[in-house]
Amino acid sequence: MAGTGIGARVERKEDFRFITGKGNYTDDINREGQTHAYFLRSPHAHAVIKSVDTKKASGMPGVVGILTGADIEKDKVGGLICGWMINNKDGSPMRAGAHPALAQGKVRYVGDHVAVVIAETLAEAKDAAEAIKVTYAPLPAVVDLASATKKGITTIHDVAPDNQVYDWHLGDKAATDAAFKKAKHVTKIDLVNNRLIPNAMEPRAAVGDYNSGEDAFTLYTTSQNPHVARLVLSAFIGIAPEHKLRVIAPDVGGGFGSKIFIYAEETVCVWAAKKVGRPVKWVADRTEAFLSDAHGRDHLTHAEMAMDENGKITAMRVKTRANLGAYLSTFSSSVPTYLYAPLLSGQYNIPAIYAEVEAVYTNTAPVDAYRGAGRPEATFVVERIVEVAARELGLDPATFRRKNFIKSFPHQTPVIMCYDVGDYDASLKKAMEVHDVKGFAKRKRDSAKAGKLRGLGYSAYIEACGIAPSAAVGSLGAGVGLWESAEVRVNPVGTVEVLTGSHSHGQGHETTFAQLVAGRLGIPIENVSIVHGDTDKVQMGMGTYGSRSGAVGMSAIVKALDKVEAKAKKVASFVLEASEKDIDFKDGKFSVKGTDKSVDFASVALQAYVAHKFTGAELEPGLKEGAFYDPTNFTFPSGVHIAEVEIDPDTGVTTVAKWTAVDDFGVIINPMIVEGQVHGGIAQGIGQALLEGAVYNDNGQLLTASYMDYAMPRADDLPSFRVDHTTTPCPSNPLGIKGCGEAGAIASPAAMINAITDALGHENIAMPATPQAVWKAAQASFAKAAE
Amino acid sequence: MYAFDFHRPSTLRQANSLVGKVADNKLLAGGQTLLPTMKQRLASPAAVIDLSGVPELVGIEQKGRNLVIGAMTTHAEVANSALLKGALPGLAALAGGIGDPHVRNRGTIGGSIANNDPAADYPGGLLALGATVVTNQRKISAADFFTGMFSTALDEGEIITKVVVPAGAKFAYAKFRNPASRYAMVGVAVAKKGAKVVVAVTGAGSDGVFRWADAEAALTKRFNAKALDGVKTPAAKGLNSDIHASAEYRSHLIGVMTKRAVTTASGK
Repeated sequence: MAGTGIGARVERKEDFRFITGKGNYTDDINREGQTHAYFLRSPHAHAVIKSVDTKKASGMPGVVGILTGADIEKDKVGGLICGWMINNKDGSPMRAGAHPALAQGKVRYVGDHVAVVIAETLAEAKDAAEAIKVTYAPLPAVVDLASATKKGITTIHDVAPDNQVYDWHLGDKAATDAAFKKAKHVTKIDLVNNRLIPNAMEPRAAVGDYNSGEDAFTLYTTSQNPHVARLVLSAFIGIAPEHKLRVIAPDVGGGFGSKIFIYAEETVCVWAAKKVGRPVKWVADRTEAFLSDAHGRDHLTHAEMAMDENGKITAMRVKTRANLGAYLSTFSSSVPTYLYAPLLSGQYNIPAIYAEVEAVYTNTAPVDAYRGAGRPEATFVVERIVEVAARELGLDPATFRRKNFIKSFPHQTPVIMCYDVGDYDASLKKAMEVHDVKGFAKRKRDSAKAGKLRGLGYSAYIEACGIAPSAAVGSLGAGVGLWESAEVRVNPVGTVEVLTGSHSHGQGHETTFAQLVAGRLGIPIENVSIVHGDTDKVQMGMGTYGSRSGAVGMSAIVKALDKVEAKAKKVASFVLEASEKDIDFKDGKFSVKGTDKSVDFASVALQAYVAHKFTGAELEPGLKEGAFYDPTNFTFPSGVHIAEVEIDPDTGVTTVAKWTAVDDFGVIINPMIVEGQVHGGIAQGIGQALLEGAVYNDNGQLLTASYMDYAMPRADDLPSFRVDHTTTPCPSNPLGIKGCGEAGAIASPAAMINAITDALGHENIAMPATPQAVWKAAQASFAKAAE
Repeated sequence: MYAFDFHRPSTLRQANSLVGKVADNKLLAGGQTLLPTMKQRLASPAAVIDLSGVPELVGIEQKGRNLVIGAMTTHAEVANSALLKGALPGLAALAGGIGDPHVRNRGTIGGSIANNDPAADYPGGLLALGATVVTNQRKISAADFFTGMFSTALDEGEIITKVVVPAGAKFAYAKFRNPASRYAMVGVAVAKKGAKVVVAVTGAGSDGVFRWADAEAALTKRFNAKALDGVKTPAAKGLNSDIHASAEYRSHLIGVMTKRAVTTASGK
């Protein structure tokens, strides 16, 4: 599509400043009199702090102040919170251990915050930190997820003596058990969803600033949701009331969920700024990011699927153990529960589902939402067991899926969700065509001639995005509403500023949101600017995560634009001396029906502000409208990804030979940006499947604390993706958008492992399928073949 | 990083004098290992003597039957050298596979071998080729130079000036990269000159680069990958084992990479 409206491949407006080094990231912000913070972190996974002696360090050159857990306690700085209450099966609340911003009495993971040194320079802060004497009494570390709650294990938090955070369930156990009793065939699998470390390009950072003249704080921080950060820092941690605390999240270089949360470091920086009377800056180095960013995934799952004599799925039961790390991060409790189990129906008509999730503490970094958050884990369970079931039944995996697809909508699953619309057959059919599945047999023969194993794997995923209706999430335990807000400010010259509560940290909102506004108002896209990331500018907001900025954030803009248009029509009616109901607005022009009288948008904007054509009794001057949009349902992006791999059995190296993604994202604003999101998501999913995995040793030391040992996907690990779409517009929001930010990461791990297991001829491989793991598995394949 | 004094001599003579005079110094020859280590505060020399200002340490030339590479010649210069691409393409390819473009444009052959990282590429190549390391004091054969993990025959104050590599060998280096760091998890260099075959293995050995005698014997009889069928790969004992690769897997990969190097070296 030509032009700049919805559907156009508009080049990203923000890229010029990013690629010319003109971005304004938190580390680019330097305040007058600024000091530097360095966090002394625990070298132990689990230990009692006997004493912290800062005497010598305090006298070191350049030291401005040293703060410890005792100071936090003295100042009554509240602990970090978990904002989603999960109840146990018996209705009792989850067991949330205290999470002080600086450790009090105990450290619970390597990287836990023991003290902060604030000095004139970072080097001086580090020097002084080395001089702090901490006496620890080490305790046994609880590291292994499987055994974290076994009898007699060391307690991490007193509130949870057996380290269990909660024991939760969803679905109808009796109906599920009954269906299993009648099953003709039952497929069982055990899965590991490997622990990941987010690795945003920009590490976390914060600058805390205190203005004693106004008794007000400003926090510059790498946040995906600055208003939520302000709310938590104000209402729960007690730094300052909201009107005395401004949170600015300027340009942010990637988040993937890890910058949703409110961490110790920014809390300490903003609190310490008042303590030391000077701005305090902290920027994570990469090792700190590995140690202390909230990690992702980390599930152990046993799943069973029941089928009848016709190969129809009749029930599924899932038992998952989720690692939440040493403390409950901001939204961690919701990830393996309400963001996970409600997706276990996948794209399939499954009459009965029962899921149990036990979440546990371990002496590892906190685990929270990471791109997809719960939905990649659910998709991995569903798409792996469906694939295995098809193989066990001797059915073609595509045919088996098609046989069990949901075909009529709306569809109420047995696990909360009501899918509004979709056409799963259409995306499977298109994906198979685009991928040339028909040609796979020949390609497999060609690979075999070259001594290689070739495999093909599907992933027919569904996700729930745009999170979510506030009343619904409130009833499930969320501490916040999940609406979004927007304000559209039309200037007298007809240019427009949009203030949005969404936050862009790579998604390209400055472009896509401007496309919406320019198209709707018929003005050049250059005349629209998008303002986000500052609680003093933007009225309110819930931020960006869960692929919600299009479906929810843009819907709020649409609502505000509706109001702007209505008001502008009133102004135009005075300008054109016609009845308001006779005014049409199209392509940037207001005209009077049945006449050639018209006036352009900019002129109406000017008249709105000069107010020469109407009296104050008739109409309020100005052209600026705000709106809050609360979604009425989740959105349900879905699609089919097909992975094709070639394995070198001599080395175990898996090459991604071919990849097809056919996604149904509903209406697409900017296909180029959407393709970029899909590419990035698939790269992360392939990363999880082939390369990435956080490894702690038995003592709780993180072995993968740098790129020397944590394998990130690189461009040459990836093929050229074929990305295509089918479209069923989302009925629950005005633009028909479903969301696209997480789909690639949700779909791809299952497709990868299904392809690898297809190539290997057996199911015995876990993620990450490293060369060593695949080589071992391939030996087993040959042994099996030789039998 | 802690504070340190920085020296940048412009002649080898100045460098020699500084090395003897300045207390607790470290030579900077590209800094691809030293600087990250210093930044992490794991190394804290009182002084750094940067050799990048010494022009006589840079360059590649043919002298008689030898190829002579200055110690401060970068990996990129070795990789792109027309002389090497013609006379010893396997060595140019080895250098072209080190690290990434940033590393190749800063890292040098002298810096790499002086560090003798067990996962570095050059030690395998130079051992297989029978190279000689020339310092400001003496000549050391590669066989004597690499003495163990991160250790070499270099004495205090000794500066590598050049590496002399005999031309005329059939040579190739086959590397299996660590999926995270992309250092050699197993790297095998194979050189055949006349009847003599040397197989040098890097990345795998817990004590650095080593020769695989059984493969050398088999390949001396018949220089073909098939000659290695049935030859037992080096025992897992003595090989590295970490989260990326067990010693058994490394042992297996030595066999695979040796075959691949032989195939490349024989131009098949």
